[in-house]
Amino acid sequence: MTFEPKIVGFLCNWCSYSGADLAGTSRIHYAPNVRVIRVMCSARIDPTFVIKALADGADGVLVCGCHPGDCHYSEGNYKTMRRMPLLKRMLADFGIEEERVRLEWVSASEGMRFADIVDDMTERLRALGPSPVKMALAGDAVER
Amino acid sequence: MATDKLQIALYWGAACGGCDVAVLDTDEFILDVAAAADIRLWPIAVDGKYADVEAMEDGELDLTIYNGAVRNSENEHIAKLLRAKSKLLVAFGSCAHIGGIPGLANLTSRDEILTTAYLENPSLERGSKTLPLPESGVNGSTLTIPSFYRRVYKLDDIVPVDYYVPGCPPAFDQVKAVLQAVVAGELPAPGSVVGASERALCDDCPRVKSEKRIKHFYRPWQIMADPDACLLEQGILCAGPVTRGGCGARCPSSSIPCRGCYGPLDGVVDMGAKLLSAVVSVIDSTDPEEIERIIDGLPDFTGFAYRFSAPSSLLQRSVRQ
Repeated sequence: MTFEPKIVGFLCNWCSYSGADLAGTSRIHYAPNVRVIRVMCSARIDPTFVIKALADGADGVLVCGCHPGDCHYSEGNYKTMRRMPLLKRMLADFGIEEERVRLEWVSASEGMRFADIVDDMTERLRALGPSPVKMALAGDAVER
Repeated sequence: MATDKLQIALYWGAACGGCDVAVLDTDEFILDVAAAADIRLWPIAVDGKYADVEAMEDGELDLTIYNGAVRNSENEHIAKLLRAKSKLLVAFGSCAHIGGIPGLANLTSRDEILTTAYLENPSLERGSKTLPLPESGVNGSTLTIPSFYRRVYKLDDIVPVDYYVPGCPPAFDQVKAVLQAVVAGELPAPGSVVGASERALCDDCPRVKSEKRIKHFYRPWQIMADPDACLLEQGILCAGPVTRGGCGARCPSSSIPCRGCYGPLDGVVDMGAKLLSAVVSVIDSTDPEEIERIIDGLPDFTGFAYRFSAPSSLLQRSVRQ
């Protein structure tokens, strides 16, 4: 059986979730690997959420928000823009590969773009293999 | 042992000794403790042996104050032993509470640590290939030393803990308050963090907080900091926003940024992740490239953000082995 990555997707209500909805209503076929969680704004996505998803066994985390300048709350997505690069560096220090966390801007009209992003991320994670986090923590229990 | 005195033990796991010194720093008050209690084990100050503890009945000790993290099989063995012999077990200091400085080792791997310390350190004898082994044979007999674990654990990963006293080391008056409570028999609800506040360090910090945004992060030595303004708003990393207060804000009062030794506030699940949010919120930029340049000014942010709390973070350790 081939490995099927589990991706947790945090999508902002105003643009990206609508974009994903458009992908659905347009009947675009894309990888079923993403589990979508709707949040009111990408700025609501505390880095803790991303880390928790990885610690609980997600193979990847996709964060989507409105394009810069388009935020429903004026500047929520800029907060996300500042957090994600530092979060990626932090995760790298824990040995977590860069491809596992991805930030993309998806507008309400970009159903096709959302589908392409999910397909591409799924493909990359399939090549990368399962997340090592859960395995590592289970290994610690065996050691002692 | 027929006595009315409190039976107590103090122990250090993976620790620097600073917590034991913090207990001694209570000055003559420690004599009141000694008058009210029999100190049955305290490796740094009293001549009790492991065998004495092993010979005790279960629950014979009223209280064990355990400082230090759990790094090797000896730390774990003694933690379990003292847990069985003690009615109350207190995790004392950052290492026992959330992993502490030894917990930073969780950002690297056992192999890297052993290689650096025993094979590649420039101060080693050239060509030295001596690695410590849990068992080794000498003249026909077998010698054993504790085995070095793959990672560092906080105390409550190993045994149930009744109370936590945070700090690196816990502040003098807090230590005293805790010892007084024990001597007087006035104990708080089980599982609580004692000797600390429920509010953020920023609440205790006398510096003035405004809305300043920054374009550059500085190490403390790179800038003459304004003595009255919030350090984070001057671009100096400070863990105050996510750290439990109660220490008296002595570091920021002396122009030293908070390092987070009192551990996370209630409601903060992962100190590093929360601190990350607070820190980037002062960045004044909406340009991805400029943001990358600004965070380039944060060398080893991970080490700073989890300086005391890596073993208690969600990820607990690096997955590299």
